[in-house]
Amino acid sequence: MSNIWTIAKKEIKTYFTSPIAYVVIAVFLVLVGFFFSSALSWFNSQAIQMAQNPYYAQQMNINQMVYTPLFHNMSIILLLMLPLLTMRLFSEEKKTGTDELLFTSPVNVGQIILGKYLAALVVLAAMLVLTGLLSVFTFAYGNPELPQILNGYLGLLLMGAAFLAAGVFFSSLTENQIVSAILTFGALLLFWILNWAAYSASGMWKDVLNYLSIFQHFDDMTRGILDTKDVVYYVSFAFFGLFLTHSVIQSRRWR
Amino acid sequence: MIEVEHLTKKYGDLIAVNDLSFKVGKGKIWGLLGPNAAGKTTTMRILTGYLPATEGKATVCELDIFERPNEVKRVIGYLPEMVPLYPEMTVSDYLLFVAALKQVPAAKRKAALDRAIQVSGLASVKGRLIKNISRGFKQRVGIAQALIHNPDVLILDEPTIGLDPAQIIEIRELIKSLKGEHTIILSTHILAEVTQTCDGVVIINEGRLMASGSLEELTASFREKERIILKLRRGHEEALASLRAIPGVEKVSRHDGEMAVEWSPGKDLRENVSRMAVEKDWGLLEMRAAAMNIEDLYLRVVSGGGAQ
Repeated sequence: MSNIWTIAKKEIKTYFTSPIAYVVIAVFLVLVGFFFSSALSWFNSQAIQMAQNPYYAQQMNINQMVYTPLFHNMSIILLLMLPLLTMRLFSEEKKTGTDELLFTSPVNVGQIILGKYLAALVVLAAMLVLTGLLSVFTFAYGNPELPQILNGYLGLLLMGAAFLAAGVFFSSLTENQIVSAILTFGALLLFWILNWAAYSASGMWKDVLNYLSIFQHFDDMTRGILDTKDVVYYVSFAFFGLFLTHSVIQSRRWR
Repeated sequence: MIEVEHLTKKYGDLIAVNDLSFKVGKGKIWGLLGPNAAGKTTTMRILTGYLPATEGKATVCELDIFERPNEVKRVIGYLPEMVPLYPEMTVSDYLLFVAALKQVPAAKRKAALDRAIQVSGLASVKGRLIKNISRGFKQRVGIAQALIHNPDVLILDEPTIGLDPAQIIEIRELIKSLKGEHTIILSTHILAEVTQTCDGVVIINEGRLMASGSLEELTASFREKERIILKLRRGHEEALASLRAIPGVEKVSRHDGEMAVEWSPGKDLRENVSRMAVEKDWGLLEMRAAAMNIEDLYLRVVSGGGAQ
């Protein structure tokens, strides 16, 4: 456990002593802030129109009209940005030869992978927590439902965790960071839109494709539905990514 | 301390290390000498647990490196050929990170850091970012990270490569100062490095063991023959026959303009040879002793002749 923390601490330090973490977090916040404010001003203009009709006014729901689309937008930004967070984790070590230090230290490969993964998760958590500031305004001037919002954040965290695991895996495949980022992005996008293929599929394939699609599982969570099926999907996605990373590193050394 | 038995490493069809066996005693510095691509780095990577071997066995401090890798890694300090540095960390932070990786208990890390900095002469740069320090200091940081956990064994892969002559001397002195407390294996393709810093040498080429032993042993083994080289202006054919006739001379051979004359140790026939050369008027241009030494052996190995 202390070995995992040693690696994680060093990686977190690297994220925050280089500009990477700051740039990723700042750009993420700017984009999320923009989406949030435009969704909110649209909601406000709707609210003013609806105020004339008591029936429609009752239908106004800030969770559905602001948070659900916001979470979808955030998930797309994560899809684009998280590969940049993970691309260097193993690629850079391999390129600069520092992997020789790690693998000749009395630390298991699994601990190294988990340490690096944990560091990326910390940055992701920081990104998400900081967007929480936006909700100060909605809670001050409105009455959104907190459990639904937290559920959406949980969905983002789980989905981000799955993205990061995929990123760690692709980073272990190549010593080129750009290649690692592009492969991660491509693979994630493919998983994202897998449910499109489900429209034309039939029978068992339809279910399989729908189940594998990242988007399908996320959609429910933004609406405040917490299903263990979705949680299991993301956790097993992440686990599988890390497991493959372990296999890649071991097999490379044993070849 | 370190025993390597029949170690073989294949990358597909390429055999990088071929049936290599050698032993290194405690507290000594041994050189792993060979031309580039001889298998030095591969051997070291196997010993440090970075790569597995295809066949064979190796023990460090009586611990089998394949059966108990984590215990072996604890007693080895390793400086890879490409020094594993994180440029964006300060020297102190980096060394503390390595100390944690090498399982130095948290309470002792500060002391380990101070010792490593003092031994490797890094006091003046300890607070600076690694990317901003000179090549020579980077090499010192590499050595400091190898000995931060006070390992019994140090494995240094080309520790002086890419340094200027003054830095090379500094690093060699540093390595020599570590002898005794640590058993050291260093690899190099420069013979002078071995003769100046090492107690013994393992010469390898194309993954095969060519010769191994302490410097004294190896030098002594080549003292079986006294040998001189003559450079003559003329009369080579005549000289070949006449020199052979000198009592005690065992072998005379001719390589282009040079004649090599050999006899058993204990005698000194140099006077006889020179007198004959002058009397017969061969035009003696040069006469020098050519005791066969490690350099000749190494040159023969490198040029592909192999050692007998």
